[in-house]
Amino acid sequence: MTNAPDTLDHAAFPQTVWREYVSPIDRIPRPVAMLGLFFAFIAIWHVVHALGVVSPIILPSPLETAIDAAFVGQNLATGGYMLVALWTTTKAVLGGFFVALGIGMALGILVGETAFGERAVLPFLVAIDTMPKVAFAPLFLAWLGFGIASKVALAAFIATFPIIVGFAAGLHAADANARMLFRSLGASRWQTLVKMKLPSGLPQIFTGLKIAAVGVMAGAITGEFLGGGKGFGELIRVAAAQLQTVRVFSLIIYLSLLGFALFSAVALIERRLVFWHRSSVVGSGDGR
Amino acid sequence: MYPRPVPAGLPMMAKGRPVYALRGVARSFGGGRIRALDPVDLTLTEGTFSSVIGPSGCGKSTLLKIMAGLTPPSAGSVMLDAKPVMGPRREIGMMFQQATLFPWRTTIENVLLPIEIRDGAAAARAMRAEAQALLDLVGLKGFDAVFPAQLSGGMAQRAAICRMLVTQPKVLLLDEPFSALDELARDFMNMELQRICLARNATAFLVTHSIPEAVMLSDVVYVMSARPGRIVEAIDIDLPRPRTIEMTVEPAFGAYVNRIRARLDKGAFA
Repeated sequence: MTNAPDTLDHAAFPQTVWREYVSPIDRIPRPVAMLGLFFAFIAIWHVVHALGVVSPIILPSPLETAIDAAFVGQNLATGGYMLVALWTTTKAVLGGFFVALGIGMALGILVGETAFGERAVLPFLVAIDTMPKVAFAPLFLAWLGFGIASKVALAAFIATFPIIVGFAAGLHAADANARMLFRSLGASRWQTLVKMKLPSGLPQIFTGLKIAAVGVMAGAITGEFLGGGKGFGELIRVAAAQLQTVRVFSLIIYLSLLGFALFSAVALIERRLVFWHRSSVVGSGDGR
Repeated sequence: MYPRPVPAGLPMMAKGRPVYALRGVARSFGGGRIRALDPVDLTLTEGTFSSVIGPSGCGKSTLLKIMAGLTPPSAGSVMLDAKPVMGPRREIGMMFQQATLFPWRTTIENVLLPIEIRDGAAAARAMRAEAQALLDLVGLKGFDAVFPAQLSGGMAQRAAICRMLVTQPKVLLLDEPFSALDELARDFMNMELQRICLARNATAFLVTHSIPEAVMLSDVVYVMSARPGRIVEAIDIDLPRPRTIEMTVEPAFGAYVNRIRARLDKGAFA
């Protein structure tokens, strides 16, 4: 239906439709931006190598690294000794993560839920957390031997503290109104914990878990550097000792894939479980 | 016309069975040095709606929490149904300024939360039809499986009403339940609240900042003063029920509003 108000002098007014300014760098689509950065990094690497600024023994070229990475990849894909090593490290990493999760959850709930935990236990935990945890590696080796147990222990030791903090912070994050509602309903401490405090603390808990997922990698590899064994850490140590820098590079690439897989798994579970909360900066992709 | 429970002019005590009885209820901090609430005597009879109004920090929320058994008084006696209130009681339903729906539960799961906590998940499942009926009643039909993030503020508070009512409480304790809503939603919710209270013969106690809201809903308005909080006047609101939004422009309504405002101006803020 046309009810054009022909008495109005639309023609006398200019259009004032305008677009909000978005800087060119923020208009680049994500895949383009990521690939661009990646190739820029490779290009700089290549130039540094080609100029001979650094000795080729210390810094291999991108191409050499890619070729060696392909070789390592073939070994992994065909179930060679490197796959065995990767699996050994994976076991240490996962073992460390789950041990840390168990201990971290228990201590985190103790600290977050009880006055005793906050007053008496927390100061000791903070004191231990400030220690350089890698320095405990020789102790774990002496106590648990050169097998996988000492690697699991070191990985768990590093990863436990962020999980404790995540749980304690998560339990404290519960809203005052929610607490009052649960009290008014006569909810037990257990009900309050399970039905209210833990779910509402999941964002903080997962922040702790994601930090832990990164920490277990460092713990397991450090354990393997210092305590030998059959893991990827040992492969890297041997390659470095033989000045096979290329191999060190390509092993690190696959190791980082393991770390990324663990982190992504945690982030994925978080997105499934904490579907109502969309503020995480890493791992959730839909942030702007 | 809606029958008045008692002829106008009679004191509140004559209206019906006392549900709540408060005698000398006081609250202080720091070993009695800071008086949050001076001794309060209060009797709420069955089926009446009472409001307490006063400036911020006058202790009205403290009073409500003491009545709910969420905070112990420093002195005095709180009796509900002739039994002492020593903690939260099943007869009480509460509402707060925030709807406090849990984002990981659907609307109907939020409504059923009190049942789940008190009687277990099986009891909650058995009450699903009742919860559904409550949601329909407050105009949330079709929103039962929706998560709270998709509800507006007014819809969330309506779900909170359902959560309060699902346990069939005899007493409603309301802590500024609609003060975060816009004017239109608030009027609507107040009318809903009145309808629910009349239909269930519920005894309600409302903490509010809004004088018109207090007059609109209440049989009695208690005016409180600040620091130390105490009730300075109890004003009977003798307007016919059910009350309507149109009544707010009537002279009698305005007279009550002015009287309460004058009382608040005179001493409540001193």
